[in-house]
Amino acid sequence: MTVANAPVLVSGVAQASAQHPITEPARPSRRALRGLAKYAGLAPFAVYVVIFLAIPTVLAIVTGFFTEDGSFTLSNIAGLFEPLVLTTFASSFWVSAITAIIGAVVGALVCYALLGTRAGGALRSFIDSASSVLAQFGGVMLAFAFIAAIGSQSLLVLWLKDSFGLDIYGEGVWLYQPAGLLVVYTYFQVPLMIITFLPALEGLKSQWAEANATLGGTRFTYWTKIAFPVLAPSFFGSLLLLFANAFSSYATAAALVSQGSPIVPLQIRAALVSETVLGRENMAGALALGMVVVMVIVMWGYSVLQGRTSRWQK
Amino acid sequence: MTLTAPTRTMSAESGSGATVELRGVVKNYGSMQALSSIDLVMEPGEFIALLGPSGCGKTTALRALSGLETIDSGSILIDGVDVASTPTNKRDIGMVFQSYSLFPHMTVIENVEFGLRMRKVPKAERRERATEALEMVGLGAHGARFAHQLSGGQQQRVALARALVTRPRVLLLDEPLSALDAKVRVQLREEIRRITRDLGITTVFVTHDQEEALAVADRVAVMRAGRIEQIGTPRELYATPVNPFVADFVGLTSRIPGEVVDGEVVVFGTHLPLLGEPQADGPVVALIRPEDVALATEDAEGAIPASVFASSFLGSLRRTEFLLPDGSIIAVQHDVNDAPEVGDAAFLRLRKAPVAASPRA
Amino acid sequence: MKPSNLTRWIILGIVGVVFAFPIFAMIEFTFRDGLSGGHTLDHWTGLFTEDAARTYRNLFTGIGNSLLLAVVTVGIVLIVLLPTMILVHLQFPRLKRVLEFICIIPITVPAIVLVVGLAPVYSVVVQVAGGSIWTLAFAYGITVLPYAYRAIQANLDAVDMITLSEAGRTLNANWGRILWHVLLPNLKRGVLAASFISVAVVLGEFTIASLLNRVNLQTALLQIGSSDPYVAIIFALLALLFAFVLLLSIGRIGQARRTGSDS
Repeated sequence: MTVANAPVLVSGVAQASAQHPITEPARPSRRALRGLAKYAGLAPFAVYVVIFLAIPTVLAIVTGFFTEDGSFTLSNIAGLFEPLVLTTFASSFWVSAITAIIGAVVGALVCYALLGTRAGGALRSFIDSASSVLAQFGGVMLAFAFIAAIGSQSLLVLWLKDSFGLDIYGEGVWLYQPAGLLVVYTYFQVPLMIITFLPALEGLKSQWAEANATLGGTRFTYWTKIAFPVLAPSFFGSLLLLFANAFSSYATAAALVSQGSPIVPLQIRAALVSETVLGRENMAGALALGMVVVMVIVMWGYSVLQGRTSRWQK
Repeated sequence: MTLTAPTRTMSAESGSGATVELRGVVKNYGSMQALSSIDLVMEPGEFIALLGPSGCGKTTALRALSGLETIDSGSILIDGVDVASTPTNKRDIGMVFQSYSLFPHMTVIENVEFGLRMRKVPKAERRERATEALEMVGLGAHGARFAHQLSGGQQQRVALARALVTRPRVLLLDEPLSALDAKVRVQLREEIRRITRDLGITTVFVTHDQEEALAVADRVAVMRAGRIEQIGTPRELYATPVNPFVADFVGLTSRIPGEVVDGEVVVFGTHLPLLGEPQADGPVVALIRPEDVALATEDAEGAIPASVFASSFLGSLRRTEFLLPDGSIIAVQHDVNDAPEVGDAAFLRLRKAPVAASPRA
Repeated sequence: MKPSNLTRWIILGIVGVVFAFPIFAMIEFTFRDGLSGGHTLDHWTGLFTEDAARTYRNLFTGIGNSLLLAVVTVGIVLIVLLPTMILVHLQFPRLKRVLEFICIIPITVPAIVLVVGLAPVYSVVVQVAGGSIWTLAFAYGITVLPYAYRAIQANLDAVDMITLSEAGRTLNANWGRILWHVLLPNLKRGVLAASFISVAVVLGEFTIASLLNRVNLQTALLQIGSSDPYVAIIFALLALLFAFVLLLSIGRIGQARRTGSDS
């Protein structure tokens, strides 16, 4: 509408002065100004997003292509394929994949257990709120929680040592290594799954189960031929979301892992904090680019599966 | 909209209707009695409508028949065998739900094949029978589509094909047309009627729309608060309702104050036969049908003075509401050529048709 | 096809115990008397001694900073995001997908990536607006975008703003009055939800603050964790409890509206 007004301005002035010589020439431009003014309402947000989202994102992705003195280079990108970095990506991948799968399966079980509970009831709202909090509960606080829970000085570990002679840290304190991240990340992956997947599970219409029964099917055929296939896009979409969530997590690992940079976010920290990594200067940018590529692929898959879900569960 | 002619009909040999009987069926939800000892006998191939306001138990009765609800006492007999303890998936029934019942992840033809798959029918035969069923409902060309690509009416046709392809002994329909547009509703109910008649399948149809029930069913059971008030042909229910509830629920009535005198109802000086149980003398509200009132001249016998209150053109006839001397409004059905204006004075005459009446305080 | 009661309670019971365990471990830890193995209240009471303010100065600075950042971030949400969302909803419906996409980007471009590009941006910001902590809220406003957007949008979708504003216009109200008397009262739920979630996210934010060398609650917790783990865990628990109360309140507000409209 307002964009269409703009070209009219040019011909409008000519028309106006031809047909109505007495007309103030300012009138068409005032109309156009009002049209533009409407867009002005969007300006604060646009400016804000450009400065604090668009520019940093572009910078993060693009600095990998430049050296400190500003010349274009591919050596940082090449650095992504060094064994050290590839191992880091692989670790990130494995930690994210395993915690996503465990989180998805356990979360789906909890959602199943919640089927049939009253939507506004005490149990449901408690689990909703607890899940919202725990899904956000990352970083430093989570690290502390697990150090208190299963750290080398925790009650559990000491009790296992005293009662069963079982030293779970006999081979080394794995809590502060990627293996520990597996346990700790699951703590926020499961709640995130509950939040994301419960609506899909509730979208299973009772008519489908009833139709299955009237057509001669059993509970088994309902689950295998109807419920699982219908839930599949949503389940795998949520799985991808969990993967993305773990892959991009930084704070928890930063608080737990004191030695080395076994996963990509920590590798980025190392690159930011020291000037060169692998003898290259802008590895942080290259690593960021690598992360973004992975995230874009995963989130694209997620949105495709979400689209499928919403089409079916109208 | 013209009726879609089927390109093929399914043969009627097996699946020809079973006898269905409900005997003393009782169902309670906590302290609420949803079904209070329902008795109902259906002949093979009969089409029965369960009609009533919401909460009357009609859907509960249907679901009890299907096995989706258990009953507290009584028996449910299909072809003489009590199936009350048989689970739903073994009762060999077909069911069509109000909405959303097609499996969203399967194509139309896969949906229709589902019952056959459950019965371990081999693939080629499955496909052939499912295609036949789809053509019977006029959707033979839509087999590869998905539910969300079809209109509401088309979805219900697929649901019907799916329910019938296994040739069940009984077909149950739970308000299948309530979620559809008016025109689609009329067309689809005719098709359902035709198909069930061709197949000879015993059918139970639940609805709250009395026009729908009267139009399609062989017999209609009017229900209220867990009981069957009356069961009979549409004509019987309309002409001889056993009580004011049935009279009021089926068809239009006007409520006019009158009196019972010596077993007859007297309304504005006209004596009318009383329907239903005999009543003691006293003031009543008479339920008068629009077609039982006629426009008259001043000198006609029993002429009642009235003035025009409102008038509606209904296509093939007119319905006009008149204000009577005692303040009540009566609806009159008459020829379209008489076109009364609001405020006109007129005279009405009551035909000597039997009326239902309920006591007035 | 619901689970049986037994199945339900077995699943919920096991998961519940496993997830409650670290919380209880934290609580138990705060009462531990380090070397002796017994239990004591000292760690809690130690917060109220005279030295406390001095010893834990960095921690209290961090708490103060986080609270300030939370307030400013909510301000950004209410002053920049909310009007834009209302404007798009009413006047630019075709831009809705664009806005939605923008607000989902922070999930795809996580904090750890964003911070690589934020460092140069902030060197400029510091020159323009000074080096105080509140400027960090600009970055936080971006971080909370997905959550705040979803909370407000759910409200916008649930209440038919377009019809309401048209009704207001036919009744001769100008836009200002429509906004104040008609739209905002109906957006209370979404606004509160968005605000509470933003506060919860800001209080838990570590990545950007740490890598931009600022002090907030989480960085202070990490720092004090090495010297006094007991106090660190006490405050971690308090922060967690606070976030839980906030998010529980959102759930309650949502329910109150639902039961209100049902009756």
